[in-house]
Amino acid sequence: MAGGIATSRPAHGAPTAERGRPTSESPAVKWLLITIAVIFLAAVVLLPLITVFVEGLKRGWNVYISAMTDPDAVSALKLTLLVAVIAVPLNTIFGIAASWLIAKFSFRGKNLLLTLIDLPFSVSPVIAGFMFLLLFGAQGYLGPWFDERGLQIVFAPPGIILATMFVTFPFVARELIPLMQAQGTQEEEAAATLGAKGFRIFWSVTLPNIKWALLYGLVLCNARAMGEFGAVSVVSGHIRGETNTLPLHVEILYNEYQFSASFAAASLLMLLALLTLGAKSLVEWKTAQRNQDLEG
Amino acid sequence: MKGSRTRSVLPGFGLTMGITVFYLGIIVLIPLSCVILKTMELSWAEFWSTVTAPRVVASYRISLLTSLAAALVNVVFGLIVAWVLVRYNFPGRRFLDSLVDLPFALPTAVAGIALTAIYAPNGWIGQWLEPLGIKVAFTPLGITIALIFIGLPFIVRTVQPVLQDLDKEMEEAAAMLGAGRWRTVLRVVLPELTPALLTGFALAFARGIGEYGSVVFISGNMPMKTEIAPLLIMTRLESFELEQATAIAVVLLLISFAMLLLINYIQWRAGKRALAE
Repeated sequence: MAGGIATSRPAHGAPTAERGRPTSESPAVKWLLITIAVIFLAAVVLLPLITVFVEGLKRGWNVYISAMTDPDAVSALKLTLLVAVIAVPLNTIFGIAASWLIAKFSFRGKNLLLTLIDLPFSVSPVIAGFMFLLLFGAQGYLGPWFDERGLQIVFAPPGIILATMFVTFPFVARELIPLMQAQGTQEEEAAATLGAKGFRIFWSVTLPNIKWALLYGLVLCNARAMGEFGAVSVVSGHIRGETNTLPLHVEILYNEYQFSASFAAASLLMLLALLTLGAKSLVEWKTAQRNQDLEG
Repeated sequence: MKGSRTRSVLPGFGLTMGITVFYLGIIVLIPLSCVILKTMELSWAEFWSTVTAPRVVASYRISLLTSLAAALVNVVFGLIVAWVLVRYNFPGRRFLDSLVDLPFALPTAVAGIALTAIYAPNGWIGQWLEPLGIKVAFTPLGITIALIFIGLPFIVRTVQPVLQDLDKEMEEAAAMLGAGRWRTVLRVVLPELTPALLTGFALAFARGIGEYGSVVFISGNMPMKTEIAPLLIMTRLESFELEQATAIAVVLLLISFAMLLLINYIQWRAGKRALAE
């Protein structure tokens, strides 16, 4: 769903065109298709990437640096990091537990469980935030109860963290489940037969097999956790210096026509996205290497 | 897979089941059921008058049409991109391949302001289109472009693995039997890719309907013209009209779940076909 690891193994060499046997396209068609793909990707993806950095640096480094060191920007960055530090590990624990459950056991209702795990992918982020507002807001189902005890959930960091956890809920599980299902249970069963206990089996048998997919799931989950906008926007309340995450900070600056500062903050998030892509390439490379080792 | 759980020598069934169900309940099921509970507080008449109000209907129409247009564009170009990435070797292929994932990794708000900077009337591309009478930002066309950006990886990443695993022998057989290349691609390759293309289409479409961050900046948010459904929910929330927001949200949720069911059905059918072969 979210760009699995198995998706982009390098193709086994380009097909060779032989005369009289058209099993591939003529060079003209080939280069036409490549040109279309390159232009399309450049226009749709590459151009926005470049825009962010160019617009961010338009007014020079001084404006860029002062936008980064602005107290509101710093506190937004801190909140963004806090959200990720809580949401990502919890979703990782869940992801590992859920994929162990689904890959290693067979039980009634497994398909339903899989569908439910995917559910957050198909819920609009705005609705995701809205749900927590209905639950914890002043007129919400649980809001008054928490309010009496002096605990504020929405329009405060806890609500932002909850909404982020919902949105990033399936990421780690989605990366691990297909891989662990494909790997089966033989290695773990052998370890169990030899007397290894639960956590030991996971740590020394399963984990080495899934570590790269786990890392990729983590990185993807982290990128979305730091970048979530719609869901967080609903539950944040937009209190400057208190409940603004970095993406919300970008929005506020933009709406105040402080374009350079807005793009400067956005460039931080762009760097995060590029790091995520770099990590993905690394994971793919490692996985390909491992497969080669296994084969050869 | 069927029947109750078979005995396994592996430990951890109870523990992992406990964690999974508990966490799923707290984070997903309880919050989601709030929307349903809240809907039940509405009378049918209230619900119906809310979701059939002209402004609400217009927002659904804009969300559906722009998502549909974006998903269709992505099916065509996403297929070409996937094809080029799998079948050809050329300098820069790996770079293009990682570029495809950028919309997954990039915060939607960043995409939104970048696209607006490009397509605004004084923007990078917008200033060249303006004299031609083409307006992109603050029109449905702008929304569609944002949704093309968001939806692209869904198509490419669902088609790519299928294309990679496709047996070259079938194409060779078709070629030996005298089929031209174009005919082979159309009659042999494309049918094999159809389930993946449909799944990718449905995923991109579903994502587009709910998308918010990348769209709000470029759309201009004019009621009846460029106001998408998620934004209308947001507007209702900001004016504390919880009931209205709930009704609009429930319809949007139902559309998303219908798409989810459709995706599962397509994959189930594709799986059955693969088994039959």
